[in-house]
Amino acid sequence: MPWDSRGLHTPHPPNSEGTRNYKTNTAMGESIGKTRPQLIEVMTKNWASFFLLILLVVFSFTGKGFFSLANLQTIVHLSTVLLLLAAAETFVIISGGIDLSVGMVMGFTTIISSKIMQIMFKAEIAQGTCMLVGSVVGLVICIVPGLISGLLVARYRVPSFIATLGIWGVTFGVQLKISGGYTIPFLPPKLVDIGNGFLIYVHPGKALSFFKRPPGIEATQIRELIRIIPNSFVFLFVVLVVAWHLLRNTQFGQHTYAVGGSMDAAIRAGIDVRKHLVKIYVLSSFLAGLAGVFNVFQAGLGNFTRFSAMYELFAIAGVIIGGASLMGGKGRIFGSIIGVLIIGVLEIGLLTSGVEPFYRFIAVGVILIVAVVIDQLFPDLF
Amino acid sequence: MALRADTTITRRRTLYTFIGLYWAFFFLLLEFIFFSSVARGFLSIRVIQNILFFGTAIFLLGTAETYVIITGGIDLSVGFVMGFATVLAAKLVAAFIGLGMGPAASIALGLGITLIIGLIPGFINGTLIARLNVPPFIATFAMFGISHGVSELLLGGVWAKNLPHLANAIGNGYLLYVAPGKIISFFQRPVVQRGQKVLEIIPNVVVITFFFIAIVAFVLKRTKFGHHTYAIGGNMDAAVKAGINVKWHLVRIYMLSSFLATLAGTIYVLKYVTGKGDAGAPFLLDSIVAVVIGGASLYGGKGTIGRTVLGCFILATLETGLRVLGVSTFDKYIAVGVILIVAVLIDQFSPELVHKED
Amino acid sequence: MGYLLEARNITKRFGGLVAVNNVSVGLNAGEVIGIVGDNGAGKSTLIKVISGVHRPDEGQLFFMGQDAKIDTPMAALKLGIETIYQDLALAENMNVYSNIFLGREKLKKFLGVLNVLDHESMHGESRKILKSLEIEIPSLRNIIRVLSGGQRQAVAISRSIYWDARVLIMDEPTAGLAVAEQSKVLKLVNRLKAQGIGVIIITHQLHDVFSVSDRLIVMRRGENVGERITKQTSPDEIVSLIIGAETVET
Repeated sequence: MPWDSRGLHTPHPPNSEGTRNYKTNTAMGESIGKTRPQLIEVMTKNWASFFLLILLVVFSFTGKGFFSLANLQTIVHLSTVLLLLAAAETFVIISGGIDLSVGMVMGFTTIISSKIMQIMFKAEIAQGTCMLVGSVVGLVICIVPGLISGLLVARYRVPSFIATLGIWGVTFGVQLKISGGYTIPFLPPKLVDIGNGFLIYVHPGKALSFFKRPPGIEATQIRELIRIIPNSFVFLFVVLVVAWHLLRNTQFGQHTYAVGGSMDAAIRAGIDVRKHLVKIYVLSSFLAGLAGVFNVFQAGLGNFTRFSAMYELFAIAGVIIGGASLMGGKGRIFGSIIGVLIIGVLEIGLLTSGVEPFYRFIAVGVILIVAVVIDQLFPDLF
Repeated sequence: MALRADTTITRRRTLYTFIGLYWAFFFLLLEFIFFSSVARGFLSIRVIQNILFFGTAIFLLGTAETYVIITGGIDLSVGFVMGFATVLAAKLVAAFIGLGMGPAASIALGLGITLIIGLIPGFINGTLIARLNVPPFIATFAMFGISHGVSELLLGGVWAKNLPHLANAIGNGYLLYVAPGKIISFFQRPVVQRGQKVLEIIPNVVVITFFFIAIVAFVLKRTKFGHHTYAIGGNMDAAVKAGINVKWHLVRIYMLSSFLATLAGTIYVLKYVTGKGDAGAPFLLDSIVAVVIGGASLYGGKGTIGRTVLGCFILATLETGLRVLGVSTFDKYIAVGVILIVAVLIDQFSPELVHKED
Repeated sequence: MGYLLEARNITKRFGGLVAVNNVSVGLNAGEVIGIVGDNGAGKSTLIKVISGVHRPDEGQLFFMGQDAKIDTPMAALKLGIETIYQDLALAENMNVYSNIFLGREKLKKFLGVLNVLDHESMHGESRKILKSLEIEIPSLRNIIRVLSGGQRQAVAISRSIYWDARVLIMDEPTAGLAVAEQSKVLKLVNRLKAQGIGVIIITHQLHDVFSVSDRLIVMRRGENVGERITKQTSPDEIVSLIIGAETVET
């Protein structure tokens, strides 16, 4: 069977003696050159994007007010965390591994950042400073779990599944310990303004302002306010573009694909695979940390990640739906974004259509399977 | 790294092998020593039985995972299949009672039907994996989500109630009761005067659990089915070429896994007389960790039920011990995470890897 | 003697087993030698010693007349000794020019600040090298997985050449290839020869080495049991050397 027997990252790839695959051979050893892509190919290659569009269309009929600027922005805003986690997973999965700890590293970072902010705020330090220091410390500390995972995988050949599962447990416990099982309150109020603010506010026909609501607006008029481009979107855009660039245009990205596609080839090409893997897991951890810090801004509170949140599984699902392969060597940031948006749209769409939210579990499960089956049928589409 | 004199190699290999094989035992011993020194009365029949009682789910799920992991796969759905089973069983039994059936009959029928239906998730998993070439991680994760959704659906937000007292009695009853010096009775608690101590020996659910585990272990070790399982895990290609119907075998493996998970769910209903969709969620991690502690390799082809049971025991003891100490479950996760990593690192010392060094 | 690459009195043991026993081999620039022998004869081990995977217990290696300490694969690569193993070590999920430049990607500046991959340059350079070796691959943007065995072999060889290989070691280069492709690979070897590269071919296929090699070295049970100039010997003689029924030597 074509897949690695559990679809997991193996530090020692299974013995591939004589596995040259000549299935696309023609006489005289010519390969099938790239002909102009046919419509069917294009559609299947981008099936996720088409599916997303279909979802959007369907839900705009079944759900009241679904297809509105406000709602669509909300979907993206609420998916921010998952998108960041999916970006993290994209790198790891392309490298042939998996990172089960992203959700907990996020919670871990949230707790630490918010705790610091809480302490500083209580000590009557300026809000801006609190937020800055809390964020920076969080972003620095979040690297540690990734470093450990990376070393375990690269140096001690621990399967990534296990290493990150262990880190998952440890960070879960630590974040719960620090938070005592409670959300961390009393944080600087400006957090929420930044986290949930928009770039542009328009009071139609009357006022236009940036970053803040137009002054002098009355409570009754708030409903008329049009808000454009959430701050979170800007943040997200920057991070995702950087991630995309890393993967697509740099040596780091190339090497990631190489390590995932054939670790042997990478080693023999002189790539320091060990160092690279450590970098990958640190990057993943850092992106999870970004998600964690953002979480503080979005919620205005320090929420620990619950046991049942399963962020990492949804992040992974999003990445797979977006076209990555668990065997490594394949995947794109853009694909992962689509995958996560599908999940986000599903959730909100089902909600606005009055359907029980737990159906999304079933839906995501089914879509995931479809994604994989399509991947099997058309393995060469990149 | 040239190899030197043979004797050094042998000595090194023996030490590592020893550590690799037996560290789990030592760890378990360590746990008992630690907990009994910190909590009075830990080392007693009662507590040990408690460990077994609370651990039934871990034991069953761990056994399920052992089979799957030996074939080189993994089953992420066991937790929620178990939860689904609890919901289904509870609802069925309650329904039968509502229909006027006697407690014994409703329990038997309700649980029986649940066990049969519990084969379905496994069948789906196996088919996806074996016939549609979906990687086990994905397929069972999808099933994980689907069972979660379906149990929520069934539950409808209402806890299952109206379960007969009999269920509770079975679930929390013991095989043997001894009132020292006076009465010995099976299954039923003897009526004694106030203040008289009654020894309870071996909870019913533990009997049920180990009965099934023993069967499954026997199958794995002694039958063709078991041997084929190892073969598939060792080298799937070779197994196919040897004429083993690998696809059908894998389907059966996953069905077995979901059966055991369902069994764990029905036992849960007996114990706690209710159905809970996420009842099994915490045990998924434990079951996989237990299998790894027990020395099975995630690459497949290796592992025994006995060693997995040892691993389960370690985790169950840990959990009970922490609970007795009043320590929060938070720390348990830290501990489990660390143990997992240690287990895998130690596994690196196993004999095979020493050969690979060259 | 002036050998490009010379292995003198190489012995390699693994525990109690002597895999290579006092073997000496020399390779000239622009020469192709074939090392043949049955399974377990020690061919692979000898090659691994030369390419730095194993360190010899006895003996020395010389490159261009100088003493060469080849104790890691990287050391061999730095000298210009490239090995193409049977599994080719290509990344199947990446395209042709990415593979050729794997590990040494070319960069260019974007907007004067950022370093980005220079796809055009890598594509262009790859085209050049493939052309110089007269290899035909329609599109360099195809990923390796869709290429035929012969084309993959060609890509692997091109990669080595691009890295200025002076010595190319090929392990079973025609294994599993269609007949037409086998001859293409052999033609490629001849072109390499013409460019002054020294090639060592390890193979079971006597037909291959008889068609391209200048000299043949036969190994049996870890020893060099015979060296012949290809034109002056015959397959029969080689076979008997391989299996041990010695004939009169020249």
